[in-house]
Amino acid sequence: MLKLEKRPQPSRLWTWLTPLLAVLITMVAGGALFAALGKDPVQAIATIFWQPLFGEFAFYYRPQLLIKGAPLVLIAIGLSLGFRAGIWNIGAEGQYIVGALTGAGVGLAFYPAESWAIFPLMVLAGALGGWVWAMIPAVLKLRFGTNEILVSLMLVYVAEQLLAAMALGLMKNPEGHGFPGSRNLRQYESAHNAEILAGTGMHWGVVAALIAVILAYILLSRHILGYHIRLMGQAPRAARFAGVRPARLVLFCLGASGALAGLAGLFEVSGPAGQVSIDFNVGYGFTAIIVAFLGRLHPIGILLAGLLMALTYIGGEIAQSNLGRPAAAIQLFQGMLLFFLLAVDVLTNYRIRLIRREVAR
Amino acid sequence: MIFGSIDLTLLLASLMVAATPILLAALGELVVERAGVLNLGVEGMMITGAICGFAVAVNTGSPLVGFVAAAAGGAVLALLFALLTQYALANQVASGLALTLFGLGLSALLGQGYVGIKPPRTPRLDIPLLSDIPFFGRVLFSHDLMVYLGLALVVAVWAMLKYTRAGLVLRAVGENHEAAHALGYKVVRIRVLAILFGGACAGLGGAYISLIRVPQWTEGMTAGAGWIALALVVFASWKAGRVLLGAWLFGGVTVLQLNLQAAGLAIPVEYLSMSPYLITILVLVIMSADKSRAPASLGRSFHASQ
Repeated sequence: MLKLEKRPQPSRLWTWLTPLLAVLITMVAGGALFAALGKDPVQAIATIFWQPLFGEFAFYYRPQLLIKGAPLVLIAIGLSLGFRAGIWNIGAEGQYIVGALTGAGVGLAFYPAESWAIFPLMVLAGALGGWVWAMIPAVLKLRFGTNEILVSLMLVYVAEQLLAAMALGLMKNPEGHGFPGSRNLRQYESAHNAEILAGTGMHWGVVAALIAVILAYILLSRHILGYHIRLMGQAPRAARFAGVRPARLVLFCLGASGALAGLAGLFEVSGPAGQVSIDFNVGYGFTAIIVAFLGRLHPIGILLAGLLMALTYIGGEIAQSNLGRPAAAIQLFQGMLLFFLLAVDVLTNYRIRLIRREVAR
Repeated sequence: MIFGSIDLTLLLASLMVAATPILLAALGELVVERAGVLNLGVEGMMITGAICGFAVAVNTGSPLVGFVAAAAGGAVLALLFALLTQYALANQVASGLALTLFGLGLSALLGQGYVGIKPPRTPRLDIPLLSDIPFFGRVLFSHDLMVYLGLALVVAVWAMLKYTRAGLVLRAVGENHEAAHALGYKVVRIRVLAILFGGACAGLGGAYISLIRVPQWTEGMTAGAGWIALALVVFASWKAGRVLLGAWLFGGVTVLQLNLQAAGLAIPVEYLSMSPYLITILVLVIMSADKSRAPASLGRSFHASQ
């Protein structure tokens, strides 16, 4: 008979092995899924994980890895701080949208003036927009004790409606012949988040993501605030005795994740997406939750997990055009990955023992 | 009774219809949470139920079979959650989120061939005599089977929790799983059953949207109804009767804003569409002051060795 036995401490080995194991199981299960849909499983998995990196058109797909990975890493870094402390911001998608709206709004307000100061202002506005949107659940939680999960999620739907209202109303391109969507920021030099090195996909969002990884690493391993975050998550009672103020952590964690999500939105709208449109958001805010868990809430892990998840996005697009597989298959794939990760995670905290049932004497 | 361009009788009748999906899902989640489990995957189970019910109803031509399939679909997804949280002892918040993401992907994949199809019509059951009462007859007694089922379920859940032994055991497990375990109750088994019930209810709620309320299939069509159902449980302070009140309130807001949209108010449609979500937040703010009603073991994993 199998029995779970709690480890005195989480296994370090398994902490890093379980994500790999989860990815492997997902590949097998995903292959089975493709087989069930009548496609060659090996070819399908190769299309998703191999072609973007080493296939015929890799020169086109490799830059995409950075473009798609940057927002995921940026958002996931912010989320991981809160998740560590038991503060669940799952409305990053909404903060991402609002950051894009406020950032693009500042840029559009200056049109057609040209100045080097416009883009930095947009970056500030984007971070501020995301921060404000995340402060709503934070303040309501502190003042009224509402559940931040539900409030932050409700605000995603509100933000989506706000996005539609902006794309159809206030921010609509006056020279757009009545089509919804704002002016294209890529054609407005001062507001364009251009590639820093042409053809690499390296834009300011990628730089911001790398800086976020480094800062988060320092915060968590060297700073007292990072220590408080970890303490709060692992032993809330002990944290309170140690003088940790939960209210400050709530404000900091939600605020930081909101600002980072807002930044991600701004870099996306001013660069790869180019304009505020109704279908601007593609679910990075939700996928980033998977990235955060897959990266073990650790900055370096998140960096790797973000790249892997970006790979599945790109591979999914290739599979969609080459194999006629729907985009939904990739979403399912990503959901499955989180499932398997949570399932095998039991090995980190528990040991599986084989015990013989003893006979009563 | 007619106010301006809005007919009050029809408004209240459609309120009952709009309230049913969240009522069903919230009742299921209520039972789950009373057993001490927080399942944030309601949205995922609803949308899976919506497509399972839709697909089966279209293929068999029977809405009733569709609803049974929807309940089964929701329950199967809930079983995954149960395996994760009860046997692999995974974090319930993370597992619930995984369930929602997984369900959204799965439903989009399953629903590919069903976009733009009309489902078979669900007949309206006018209750004899009662439905002839002016005003009240149309509002209360002239609906499809699922509306009545939802109302019956409110009474059943309320009575089960309050008066039966099973309800007492369920609540004991939710309030203090160690004590319940010490008394010899099978904590994990009871929780798994509650989770399955919650999944089936969410599935029914989802299918109600795709088969009756809309009725057609579009990706992500539940649009947050599952999350509103979760908020409803908090709003209701974990009581079945208040879930009904809350569902009517949200149904009323939804129907009213749709009517205002149709009436061509000067406010852009998008701002009206925000209102159900904003009202949910507002209600959460008002109701969250009293935390004492929440089951004490809510969201905590149980492992017999400790």
